[in-house]
Amino acid sequence: MVAEVADICAARAWEAAAAVPDPEVPCVTVADLGILRGVEMDGDVAVAKVTPTYSGCPATLAIEMAIEVALREAGFDARIERVLSPAWTTDWITEEGREKLRAYGIAPPEEPSGSVRALFGETTVTCLRCGSRETEKLSEFGSTACKAQYRCTACLEPFDYFKCL
Amino acid sequence: MALMDAVLELADDHLVLGHRLSEWCGHAPMLEEDLALPNMALDLIGTARTLYDYAAKLEGQGRSEDDIAYLRGEREYRNCLLVERPNEDFAHTVLRQFFFAAFMHPYWHAAQDSDDEVIRGVAGKAVKEMAYHIRHAGEWVIRLGDGTEESAQRMRDAVEALSIYTAELFEEGAAEGAPALPSRAAQREAWDATIAHVFAEAQLEMPEVPFPQTGGRKGLHGEGLGHMLAEMQSVYRAHPGATW
Repeated sequence: MVAEVADICAARAWEAAAAVPDPEVPCVTVADLGILRGVEMDGDVAVAKVTPTYSGCPATLAIEMAIEVALREAGFDARIERVLSPAWTTDWITEEGREKLRAYGIAPPEEPSGSVRALFGETTVTCLRCGSRETEKLSEFGSTACKAQYRCTACLEPFDYFKCL
Repeated sequence: MALMDAVLELADDHLVLGHRLSEWCGHAPMLEEDLALPNMALDLIGTARTLYDYAAKLEGQGRSEDDIAYLRGEREYRNCLLVERPNEDFAHTVLRQFFFAAFMHPYWHAAQDSDDEVIRGVAGKAVKEMAYHIRHAGEWVIRLGDGTEESAQRMRDAVEALSIYTAELFEEGAAEGAPALPSRAAQREAWDATIAHVFAEAQLEMPEVPFPQTGGRKGLHGEGLGHMLAEMQSVYRAHPGATW
């Protein structure tokens, strides 16, 4: 009985935390990105485990605070645990998250993270507007730490690309 | 304490180089680089923060990551000399970045097998970021080295000026007594191979260095570091205990 209550609480806490949007890419939630690793009940306290995206991601603290606020608004005492290992990779972005990124105008990562092609080769990125594979890199770095800039050479549309890391 | 000292050396390398890169913000030669240099700075400073936080925990004296970064003087910093070299021109900056990333990439790769969970976590992230830095800085080394007469001369000047600081990268330092961290000397082969590959395309040669410069791991630094720290630490020292 007690175990069941704890499970129900943990599930409710997960729902509350999982709905928090990313502050820099608000079309996706922390669950879509795969950075919310889990929510457990420690007695009456909901403990959310969060893995930062990039070493220097300036949004890390904002994300942790937003998750804590969401848990408190759902009626929980809350605590955030930052989990560094294993390190986050773009492979953890869910299928749903990838669809949302596309709809928002950001091409999701196409290569498995850490592959030699993704890191050193010329990654093939599909144009979001016309679907052409004829695209070129404009800038290795973009408006946030997680993005690069590409342009479609078929329809000339410039767009953001979520780096494979 | 050996591990704490070794973690501090690593953290200092990352903060000092990250701060040097941040000095370019708003001054880079083109918009793309004005995004790229601070982005790379963010990677380095983010890694430094995690490492300072860990060093503070290992020390257990109640110091915070900020205390360690902002309240130590030049002689207490343990970074290698390469990372503190002034930005000079763009050729110097990208070559310094390339030399450092070419070392840190195999280093973090090896550190992914550490028995220390924090080091493993930092390494798993940083190894990919360093691969990105090698690619970005390496492309510039090639573009400038194999570019115009002017750009090639500037790149050769940068090689001449910075190569004397590269041997220090492979000194073990405090990590000698910290098995949680990889050997620095063991990364030499991978570093040589990366440099040789890019320098061949860039029409550059690595000069013989009869008298390598060293001393950073003992707190013996060039004049530039003191000036850099004075500026970096001024706000924290002017408003002790302020938080925001």
